[in-house]
Amino acid sequence: MKISIASGKGGTGKTTLSTNLSALIAEKNNDIVLTDLDVEEPNSGLFIRGELTHSQDMYKMIPEWDKDKCVLCRNCQNVCKFNAVIMMIDEVIVFDKLCHSCYACSELCPQNALPMQPQKMGELKRFKYKNLHFVEGKLDIGQEQAVPLIAQTLDYVDNNFPENHLKIYDAPPGTSCPVIEATKDSDLIILVTEPTPFGLHDLKLSVDTMRKLEKDFVVVINRHGIGNANVKDYCKKENIPVLARIPNSKKAAQAYSHGNLLYKVIPEIKTAIEKVADYIGTEMEKR
Amino acid sequence: MKIVFTAKGKDWHSEMDPRFGRTEFLLVYDEEKDELTTYDNSDANRQAHGVGPITAQKLFDLEPDVLITGNGPGGNAARILQKGDFEIYTGAMNMTVKEAYDKFKNDELSKF
Repeated sequence: MKISIASGKGGTGKTTLSTNLSALIAEKNNDIVLTDLDVEEPNSGLFIRGELTHSQDMYKMIPEWDKDKCVLCRNCQNVCKFNAVIMMIDEVIVFDKLCHSCYACSELCPQNALPMQPQKMGELKRFKYKNLHFVEGKLDIGQEQAVPLIAQTLDYVDNNFPENHLKIYDAPPGTSCPVIEATKDSDLIILVTEPTPFGLHDLKLSVDTMRKLEKDFVVVINRHGIGNANVKDYCKKENIPVLARIPNSKKAAQAYSHGNLLYKVIPEIKTAIEKVADYIGTEMEKR
Repeated sequence: MKIVFTAKGKDWHSEMDPRFGRTEFLLVYDEEKDELTTYDNSDANRQAHGVGPITAQKLFDLEPDVLITGNGPGGNAARILQKGDFEIYTGAMNMTVKEAYDKFKNDELSKF
């Protein structure tokens, strides 16, 4: 089973839930794979301390202009949907940051003057702590596109872990392409929100996105106790299950800032995380 | 001399558009003919990415001697613009096209 932990708003507790949930489930002798897909700023690794067992550079394919073969027909520019290839006077300029590696310019060049070449975009690391397998994708500084690395990190997990391992994906925030990539193959999406007007606003955006993707989704409310009851009322009205409420506490903030897992020091948070784990257990039995 | 302005409207009284790539109009003033012509660039805003280079390409087709704009072109557009043999002046924002022209004539804009 694949579960993505997502949110519209940033900083609502995706990583808190992902890491605590994964560690708690692993503690109960279940093999679990936690993958940090927030490749622009992965931070699950701050809370999961395991042994590094694998590391590799990650590449995306970018066209490289071959001046000697080019006849300046401008076909490459015309087929590029991302304005990443521009024919200017006597030269074809490739904007690699805009390129989506779709191969159109390269495949459709009548002169084969734009062969695709690998360009390093980031790294993938794999850690192990007892039953907890942790995979992290991390984009290099200066790289603008998260989607290719998210896609390849997902492929790595698919190809290197057995199907029966539970897989938890810590998704990036927002509702744009990286989030779509990080949720589209999952069986269940857990939307983490906080009970504030900002939290509710972005929860609605996430709900709209997940409905469009026809995904099963549930909500976890983090920092329960602040704000107001509008998130609860909204979920009730929309028939969205609220799996758990993680209580707001200063102790949680302190533990988090030290890179500690919250459920180990705050019993109320352990109870909340266990509710989520139980729900996942029930869902896995159904499948 | 042919001078191109990035503008939000079509005449001398229009406000300058501080953006290069996503400027709504490109206004071309031909000093010899004393003629102001307009090129609509509003389709640029329907594109998500990479607008700068496309606008830069349009600018080349206008064969200007000078470009006057606000914030100045971004990195991608600048890569294209440096291939041209025209001068670029920035800092012409929060003013009309006429005011920008006068400032250019008085040497009050910064060269890019």
